[in-house]
Amino acid sequence: MKRVRVPMIGLLALAVVLGPLTGAVSAQSPGIFIPLLVYRTGPYAPSGIPIANGFVDYFTLLNERDGGVNGVKLVWEECETQYDTKQGVECYERLKGKSPVLVNPYSTGITYQLIPKAPVDKVVVFSMGYGMTAAADGRWFPWVFSFPTTYWSQASAVIRYMGQQEGGLEKLKGKKIVHIFHNSPYGKEANPTLEELARKYGFELTLLAVDHPGQEQKATWLQVRRLNPDWIFMSGWGVMNQVAVKEAVVTGIKMDHFIGNWWSANDSDVVPAGEGAKGYKGATFHAPGTNFKTFQEIVKNVYDKGKGAGKKEEMGAPLYNRGIVNAMLAAEAIRTAMGKYGNKVLTSEQVRWGFENLNLTEARLDQMGMKGFTHPIKVTCEDHEGNGPVLIQQWDGKKWSIVSEWLAPMRDVVRPKLEASAVEEGKKLNYTQRDCAKEK
Amino acid sequence: MIYRETGQFKSSYASDQAIFPIVQDRVLVLLGIAAAFVVPPLVANEYWLQAVLIPLLIYALAAIGLNLLTGYAGQVSLGTGGFMAVGAYSAFKFATSFPWLNIIVVFLLSGLIAAAVGLVFGVPSLRIKGFYLAVATLAAQFFLVWLFNKVPWFVNYASSGTITAPTRTLLGVMVTGPQASAEARYLVALGLVAVFALVAKNLVRGRVGRSWMAIRDRDIAAEIIGVRPMRTKLLAFGISSFYCGVAGAEFVFLYLGSAETLAFDINLSFLVLFMVIIGGLGSVLGSFLGAGFIVLVPIFLTNAPHLIGLPLPVALQKQIELMVFGALIIFFLIVEPNGLARLWQIAKEKLRLWPFPH
Amino acid sequence: MIELLRSVLVAPFADMAGNLTFLTEVLFGGVAAGLMYSLVALGFVLIFKASGVFNFAQGVMVLFSALTLVGLMEKGVPVPIALALTLLAMVALAFVIERVVLRPLVNQEPIILFMATIGLNFFLEGFGEMAWGANVKKLDVGIPDTSFIVHGVQVNRLELTAALTAAVLVGILAVFFQRTKIGRALRAVADDHEAALSIGIPLKTIWVVVWSVAGLVALVAGIMWGAKSGVQFSLSLIALKSLPVLILGGFTSVPGAIAGGLIIGVGEKLGEVYWGPLVGGAIENWFAYVLALAFLLLRPQGLFGERIIERV
Repeated sequence: MKRVRVPMIGLLALAVVLGPLTGAVSAQSPGIFIPLLVYRTGPYAPSGIPIANGFVDYFTLLNERDGGVNGVKLVWEECETQYDTKQGVECYERLKGKSPVLVNPYSTGITYQLIPKAPVDKVVVFSMGYGMTAAADGRWFPWVFSFPTTYWSQASAVIRYMGQQEGGLEKLKGKKIVHIFHNSPYGKEANPTLEELARKYGFELTLLAVDHPGQEQKATWLQVRRLNPDWIFMSGWGVMNQVAVKEAVVTGIKMDHFIGNWWSANDSDVVPAGEGAKGYKGATFHAPGTNFKTFQEIVKNVYDKGKGAGKKEEMGAPLYNRGIVNAMLAAEAIRTAMGKYGNKVLTSEQVRWGFENLNLTEARLDQMGMKGFTHPIKVTCEDHEGNGPVLIQQWDGKKWSIVSEWLAPMRDVVRPKLEASAVEEGKKLNYTQRDCAKEK
Repeated sequence: MIYRETGQFKSSYASDQAIFPIVQDRVLVLLGIAAAFVVPPLVANEYWLQAVLIPLLIYALAAIGLNLLTGYAGQVSLGTGGFMAVGAYSAFKFATSFPWLNIIVVFLLSGLIAAAVGLVFGVPSLRIKGFYLAVATLAAQFFLVWLFNKVPWFVNYASSGTITAPTRTLLGVMVTGPQASAEARYLVALGLVAVFALVAKNLVRGRVGRSWMAIRDRDIAAEIIGVRPMRTKLLAFGISSFYCGVAGAEFVFLYLGSAETLAFDINLSFLVLFMVIIGGLGSVLGSFLGAGFIVLVPIFLTNAPHLIGLPLPVALQKQIELMVFGALIIFFLIVEPNGLARLWQIAKEKLRLWPFPH
Repeated sequence: MIELLRSVLVAPFADMAGNLTFLTEVLFGGVAAGLMYSLVALGFVLIFKASGVFNFAQGVMVLFSALTLVGLMEKGVPVPIALALTLLAMVALAFVIERVVLRPLVNQEPIILFMATIGLNFFLEGFGEMAWGANVKKLDVGIPDTSFIVHGVQVNRLELTAALTAAVLVGILAVFFQRTKIGRALRAVADDHEAALSIGIPLKTIWVVVWSVAGLVALVAGIMWGAKSGVQFSLSLIALKSLPVLILGGFTSVPGAIAGGLIIGVGEKLGEVYWGPLVGGAIENWFAYVLALAFLLLRPQGLFGERIIERV
């Protein structure tokens, strides 16, 4: 062994020196560069893989079919974060050298890291339905977009759905609603909104925290069983979802009165519970399934050419479709910007303008073969959330299907809280409120 | 040839007991420190500084802290993440409650708070030893993280539940907050770690360090020769937590910018422990080497396929990276169980004799 | 102040007494969860007992065995054959670990061996995922995960099965350690590597045997936990839940792992259900550790751990 020692030192020194060097920028191919922070490994991979696949498949479709957005190629590079904030920062810093126009952090922790950097580095942070809710106020956070909706809006829409099922929001009075949440800033997001709605509509709200990672939830579900609530809402993540659904089945909860948020309602969350999970519901802002023209196009232009990111059968899962929606919204924002700046490789400022002036109409959705897939959306300078409505989907043992119409969030409740919180968060970062009347 | 101590005579006790008794060592270390202050800010791009060097320095500081406790005093702790969280959250509270406070003072104060918390959680060490103690310190880890997550006072009732480093200046230069340049933050981190490494080096050479080592090697024997175990162990916990606390404060203020409790979870504790063991137990230099190994090797492995022009799917690449990383750890332990610091020492011995090894 | 004391010291007990059926359910839930922890803790105990190694990779071994089993089953291998093959894989793993990790590190400090198992942990994480993918897999070994009601108390069949399995496993292991020749050899090795070698106990064989048995225990734990949450990466994290069990019961005691599991399981469930709401819940994780710590302060070597007699 002695002989190995000295060469080892050399090897180590080499690694130490080369390590960061290799992070240096390599040659840039022409096109609009979008870094993809993905998590295809680690404990959250079951959620991360479909999202990343949806993303890549849609971008590949655009490149294969249309030669990019309006003929300008999209270029992307995946970077593995394992849903870990530190690795996410490393990825972002590494890919920053390639002048990205926008970044999708896909983790609340990483989003919080990138929000302060966004105006400095001039990169659009597009946290679609996650991240910092307060950042939906575009007057304070010009570089951050969270449309089509936020956790707070989602919570209010879910309560609206519960009210509808009971026969009117006023019928919620005296009902027992439990919110089971991942004990992290993400999981706690919905709590203030729910508390306010509980005061307003007079339902009895119980908040039950489940500590990370959530493999053992017996105590939580014993409490649920004792309470015997009318409705359960869950903000879960990772293994917590699978265990919760399974425990709910074993505890004998009425599954159609159990609603997960949009990170708690994917195929992978219900599969381990098997037959018992039938009836479980989840919130979403886009349809599941592959019954849209876009999907046939993806099959034809991507999978049939052997360029698919995943397996053809795995298309249509809620999180895969979320990747598609995310990629589509990003591409449409770029297209909007091209309408003003021309069909060329855009700068991030131009793309930011595109995001802020995105007006996705029903007609455009139809044209893309996404009619009914997601809701039209209009972003403004003040409103980076777009106030998008929410759908409820239900698991029938084999697939998800939509069981509600579009549920509007309670903007009158959510927006004032959101704006107050934006002031608070904005001040923390030394931002000043911009005047939207002057923006054009 | 170059590295030879012939002709260097020690004519006083002071020179014999110097930290670096050999001239070449002294010159090398001074040059190294000077280079660390000058070169990276000039040549490194933001990726180097932000994603590699700043975390490396902060981890090194935490590793020195844990090394004092584990390597010198022999008390294995898995509560590092918790103590770093104490540092981070108290720094946030200090900085936001007293905006006029100098940022360095904030770091030191939060280190003191962490030290106090460390003392409390060090009490079981008086009765519990070895791996039992290691697992018992996990109680601190889980409890502290839970506490910061639970009590909104710690995050100033922010709806986001995260702490964000406010903007602060040092000598007129912005060093924290999103607008602070990576160079400034790097220099602050480097300055702190250099000072604290020197303090640690002196601590372990003196009375305190010797009593720690006595406790580590045989606590009963140490007690018999007059080392007071309670004081010594608690002091080790306190000082170690102070280092971890300062590192935790830097972690948020100089590196991440904003953080939730998840950043201080159990994985961070393990990570710092890996650094200490890989680097070498009972070696300040080893803490730096260990931090370097744990930070740089994964980055190197991530980027290596790109370097040789081998495009792999990211998932496969990560899996291979994990396997190689694990295999490297085992390999290094087999080659040199006493850590990288020992390797360095062996190289030095060889160099001393070179080119006439016999 | 009086109010506070009342809510901490009186109200939870009144609550317990007021609804005995629910209390029974909580206790049963605690016992079941505790035995599930014990299953994982057993693997730690076995390896620590026989080789003095604190095997950080035990959690990943649980994951790896479950992944292998499910992976084989997905390929259409019938359950008994898949089980046998998985076991074979675990034995092969034991051989490799002995040859590559343990043999070169014989007689090293415990913390160095601990670190080596961490390396092993990383390796297996990457390898398992590369071989079998990162998706959640449904594990169905024919144990129905449904519940039935006895006198108003809900009992889960899977948990019942797990509890029985753990009990049987401990029985077998106890006999194995106490009554068989190889078991005695194992204990000798645990006491002193060199002394055991000098009286002719083949160290290598012993280590392979004990790591194989730990692999078997990991497989059983993997099946039970995998049936609960689906087989996925997070399975490796349950090691953290079994650590308080381990220190409470003592690193070297097989019955201790069971007793520790029961105390931790029941303790944390009672704590979470009756005292958790006072502070906003989710206290289970640290409560288990604090509970274990409290016991440790009374008995520093764990409930059943070997008493350490120190001499200078």
